[in-house]
Amino acid sequence: MIRILDPGPQTTVQDLGRVGQLRYGIPPSGPMDVRSFVIANRLVGNADGAAGLEATLIGPRFTVEAACAVAVTGAETPVTINGHDAEPWTTLALSPGDTVRVAAARAGVRVYVAFSGGLDVPPVLGSRATYLRGRLGGLEGRSLKRDDGLPLLPAPIPARRRLAPAELPAFETETEVRVVLGPQADRFTAEGLAAFLDGPYEMLPQSDRMGARLKGPRIAHARGHDIISDGIALGSIQVPGDGQPIVLLVDRQSTGGYTKIATVGSFDIGRLGQVKPGQQVRFRAVDVAEAHRLRRAWETLLAGAAGGPVAAAPAA
Amino acid sequence: MALCVELGDEISAEVNTRVRALEYLIQTKGLPGVVETVPSFRSLLVYYEPSRTAYEALCAGLGELARQATTATLPPARLVELPCCYDPELGLDLVAAAERLGLAVDELVRLHAGAEYLVYFVGFTPGLPYMAGVPERIRLPRLETPRVKVPAGSVGLGGAQYCIYSVESPGGYWLLGRTPVRLYDPEASEPTLLRPGDRVRMRPIDRAEYDAIAARVAARAYTPVIA
Repeated sequence: MIRILDPGPQTTVQDLGRVGQLRYGIPPSGPMDVRSFVIANRLVGNADGAAGLEATLIGPRFTVEAACAVAVTGAETPVTINGHDAEPWTTLALSPGDTVRVAAARAGVRVYVAFSGGLDVPPVLGSRATYLRGRLGGLEGRSLKRDDGLPLLPAPIPARRRLAPAELPAFETETEVRVVLGPQADRFTAEGLAAFLDGPYEMLPQSDRMGARLKGPRIAHARGHDIISDGIALGSIQVPGDGQPIVLLVDRQSTGGYTKIATVGSFDIGRLGQVKPGQQVRFRAVDVAEAHRLRRAWETLLAGAAGGPVAAAPAA
Repeated sequence: MALCVELGDEISAEVNTRVRALEYLIQTKGLPGVVETVPSFRSLLVYYEPSRTAYEALCAGLGELARQATTATLPPARLVELPCCYDPELGLDLVAAAERLGLAVDELVRLHAGAEYLVYFVGFTPGLPYMAGVPERIRLPRLETPRVKVPAGSVGLGGAQYCIYSVESPGGYWLLGRTPVRLYDPEASEPTLLRPGDRVRMRPIDRAEYDAIAARVAARAYTPVIA
């Protein structure tokens, strides 16, 4: 059992998300930065999809009641165990009563904490991921509160692993993400399209797990900003009448009626999820074949990260 | 990754039925690499796993199934009966809508509850059905100023479209009444009630029955009639 002493502004239980519910209006949820989440699990000897925590800007403070291992990844943040500095991106063995503090992020937004065994909250529709707006999954469908207790599934203490320095993410002040134009790119003027690709766009503080709201050069529509409502993919970029883009993310609405100028590749969603409010984003167009190549490259790198996937523990 | 298959550029039962037929063919025949699908008025969003399919093969497979997707493809639809209380206290726009249409309130209720609605798709918020089948006589443009908060269960009209708000959310439809049935219940084993392709009928109930059903719903002791 782990006990939350201070949850931070928004900390939720996540796994790799629920599949097959978008046709009922329920989004997948799951981590914004899949790579950091998966690496955290590998560092504590878990299968890639074990449930852990995603914190936002400031990490949680918690104690553990039994010996276990934790790993902290994602945004760059100081970590202490009982007040002593500890390393992120590595296996940290804890004794009963140890207190871990994950402080405010110096760079990046989403911090991940994985626990050996994984968090044992009841799966809902096949997943332990929290969908906040739908009050579904995770711990009672909400973000964590002080004094929450989270049980862990039984697991041995894993051997120590660490991420190779070359595999650590780089946090830039301006982040470039690759997009495939469409499906409604033809609904914008040539100037509007050029403005979108020139940028830059500033991440706004009202961004959340549903969508990244951005502010920058106005993207002008050629004829109206409404379409017949249709499905919204991960990374779809809606442009409403004000000409400002919204990138839709893991907790997105399943359908919507605004024109979509482009889609951010799934391989770049994690980097976008680490852009702090006030920092800049630029969009670069690639074609479908290039997007597939980038996806394969991302998968290959992830497959080998932190020593590769851990053999799945017996199902709980 | 995902791609969008567009089967038309209009809101019509025919186009939407083909969308759902394509989804049904994918579900029953299987298409390698497809992870999940999201139907809407005129298109099907297809999520796929690029490591399990080549993009060109997927497009070819979808094209082939789209050609087979006709209105005759689908199995018989479910018919869901939802109790609805048309009371001005719950249907916040009932009186104004009747006035705008030049109808008596009773007549508006009779026309609304007398029709059968088709769920084109479920989306926007969890379990919210987008439906068609609104009788011509009771069609109204959307509210000029959308409400910031529409209570869950509110049944609303906007043009030829009809929806039932599944959670409290903003909304711009005329609210005629409310169903005590939960279209979205995160604690239920099946959190969403309605599915794309369902047929829906409203059964008018009075306030006493509304309260009685609401109490049973809260106690998880109520199941709507589904044929």
